[in-house]
Amino acid sequence: MSTSQVIPAPEQPHETFVLNVGPQHPATHGVLRLKLTMDGEYITRAEPVCGYIHRMHEKMGENRTWAQYLPNTGRIDYLAAMAYGHAYVAAVERAAKIEVPPRAEYIRVITTELNRISSHLVWFGAFLLDLGGFTPLLYAFDDREKILDLLEALTGSRLTYCYYRFGGVCNDVDDDFIRGVREFVAGMWPRMKFYRELVTDNIILRKRLIGIGVISDEMCRKYGATGPVIRGSGVGYDVRKMEPYSVYRDLDFDVPVFSEGDCMARYLVRMEEMVQSLRIVEQALDKLPAGPVMTSGVPRVLKPPAGDYCFAVEAARGRLLVRIVSDNKEIPYRVRWRTPSFCNLSLFEEASAGMMLPDALALLGSLDLVIPDIDR
Amino acid sequence: MVDHAAKGFHLDARVRPARVVAAAALLDQNGFAMDAVTGVDWIAENEMEVVYDFFHPAHVWRVVVRTRVPRSQPEVPTISEIYPGANWHERETHEFFGIAFLGHPNLTPLLLPEDATYHPLRKDFVA
Amino acid sequence: MSLPEPFRLLSFLVGVMAFVGFNAAYLVWVERKSAARFQRRPGPTEVGYAGLLQPIADGIKLLSKQLIVPPGADRILFMVAPLMVMIPAMISLVVLPFGGSLMARDINVGLLMMFAFGSINVMSIMLSGWSSRNKYAIISAARIVSQDVAYEIPMLLVVITLLMITGTMNLNEIVQQQEGWFWHWNLFRLNVNPLMPLTFLIFFTCMLAEINRAPFDMAEAESELVAGAFTEYAGMGFGVFFVAEYANIVVGCSFATVLFLGGWQSPFGLWSGVWWFLLKMYALVFTVIWVRWTFPRTQFYNLLNLSWQLLIPASLFTLILVAAMMKFL
Repeated sequence: MSTSQVIPAPEQPHETFVLNVGPQHPATHGVLRLKLTMDGEYITRAEPVCGYIHRMHEKMGENRTWAQYLPNTGRIDYLAAMAYGHAYVAAVERAAKIEVPPRAEYIRVITTELNRISSHLVWFGAFLLDLGGFTPLLYAFDDREKILDLLEALTGSRLTYCYYRFGGVCNDVDDDFIRGVREFVAGMWPRMKFYRELVTDNIILRKRLIGIGVISDEMCRKYGATGPVIRGSGVGYDVRKMEPYSVYRDLDFDVPVFSEGDCMARYLVRMEEMVQSLRIVEQALDKLPAGPVMTSGVPRVLKPPAGDYCFAVEAARGRLLVRIVSDNKEIPYRVRWRTPSFCNLSLFEEASAGMMLPDALALLGSLDLVIPDIDR
Repeated sequence: MVDHAAKGFHLDARVRPARVVAAAALLDQNGFAMDAVTGVDWIAENEMEVVYDFFHPAHVWRVVVRTRVPRSQPEVPTISEIYPGANWHERETHEFFGIAFLGHPNLTPLLLPEDATYHPLRKDFVA
Repeated sequence: MSLPEPFRLLSFLVGVMAFVGFNAAYLVWVERKSAARFQRRPGPTEVGYAGLLQPIADGIKLLSKQLIVPPGADRILFMVAPLMVMIPAMISLVVLPFGGSLMARDINVGLLMMFAFGSINVMSIMLSGWSSRNKYAIISAARIVSQDVAYEIPMLLVVITLLMITGTMNLNEIVQQQEGWFWHWNLFRLNVNPLMPLTFLIFFTCMLAEINRAPFDMAEAESELVAGAFTEYAGMGFGVFFVAEYANIVVGCSFATVLFLGGWQSPFGLWSGVWWFLLKMYALVFTVIWVRWTFPRTQFYNLLNLSWQLLIPASLFTLILVAAMMKFL
């Protein structure tokens, strides 16, 4: 064989391999599994595989009474459990036409918004952990701990709350709680500034988030992505403003919207939402009316009139819709949860195509998934 | 039209199974967003109901589209061509109720094990 | 007191090994404690006073664990890789002047030798990733090679710049040139290179990237690649990589001290000695730890862009600047 002979390199098709991220992986925050088809560091196809902690909450609803189902609501999204209780309780109240005293409505708003802040703080820490920054997690948990202590004193549990009842809430707030919340809110303002200086303005963070993982408003609409995801894509959709429930109509707050659609926009939306939630809590404390926290005369065995009823709330991750179908018995005929993480994750496959692995994981983190919320 | 305060939605449209795609296309043209797809098993009437929820990102409107199919042959055309987000909801409805979505690209179980042959949300399901 | 040469060398080798081992063990403790302080928590407190015996407990735990070689792995390379990452770090310290007369071997190409051994590090991590037969490990190995190659270039350009100023590769002579007040240190020799602090910054950045420390720890980007190239290592196999990481930090900071911060020279010309060397070195080590617990991780391609688009042109510019200044001034 002569040395001058040039052998052309064979036309190689791009060789891909399958990378399993999860179900036990530091970036998936729980038992989500991503089946990534990779071309080098580029993702050609990302297929989320869910169901690892599927517990069939919807079937559980069909074999216990309306009230017995209440504890289940706290176990769907363990980080923002208050909103789930709120949606379910309000749906049943809508069906059974139960009036809620104003004090209870204000307490519901205060606790739900505190829960939203604590949920966003967990996201903040975990997202930074995804990006390789360890320290903010501990600061965020430090602040979150104060919320958990307050809510524990009020409700008896730290995460999986079962505090709302048909017709109100089960305990009235005491002065200690109100004082504690005021202290917490006052202490959070400097902390938000501190987070901005330590994290948001960091050049490495900005490089990692700006322009990465762009999701268009059209994609959000087609997939039903809501919450900070759609608000980071320039659509100011917030159930609290669109279908105002409870006493949100009487409270003054803004819906933060950023139009870039990238990870930074979603990051900024959540940071700004914490500020808005603090504002809501402050106002609700100021306006907190006196009076009972439970409607009297709610029957012990509830039989809502037949029909189907929906109630949507803004959970920490987006639009939460609960649909209950009643056939006028003491047991629900059907309970359907439309959870925000489920819809937000469903767009991941389309959004992540062609991204590099670290960027895709930043995108995944910016969707703020809670796996039990997907698997239910 | 129904009262939002009483039910939680504004428009409750009942269509024949074959018209589901047309209804979804109409909502899509009007800028509605995918909310959810689910089923209800009306065993007494020997029918299955498929419920489609839509919300509008810029307005208050909430629309519910529902259709009924016989339990013996639960088949509905898929709307995942129009709303890719319906893909997962239809998979979930398929595995829970055994409702087949004709033309669906990948009607495999999503939350149940991949070899699951049962449909737990049917009222005659026995664990 | 002067020992015969073989005994002197032997005692120094033992000393270097002890130094590396002690540092590796206790830098883990320092890192855990300081990370804890940055994060408003106490850190290890249970084993010994303020957790001082924690590294020993960790070591015993790691030693008592089973060494697992994954099926299908290249057994020999898999076992050799941890040693290959540890040994060069120790050998580099042989030429390092801890104090005026405190160095194992005073050879006139010390600088060259140190960089020659330093670059073996890349290969050993690559081998560990390749031999473990794990997708995460291989992705990590590919990253490390491109990262270390990219950062080797600006680092060497910086060192060449420095060589033109010092005119010698003997580390002891480089230190002796920096005698006197601290403005004699290479870091402040602005008369030969007005961009000297920048040069030092480039060196320090490259050093962080070379030893795979945050924010450039692509090798162990645990939120992406679990534990990167070391995913499959169990027990002391992983422990050796862990120790080697700290050994490399010590080596890197030691050379930064010798090359830029005057080594064992006192900043004001008095009481020079090994204590100054250790003080400066540990200050740098602490900075490395500080950086890790403050910044998030960079993206891989931004990391490469930083080197190819910023650091290499900048270091080339300083090189040409120094050459021109030496020629014309």
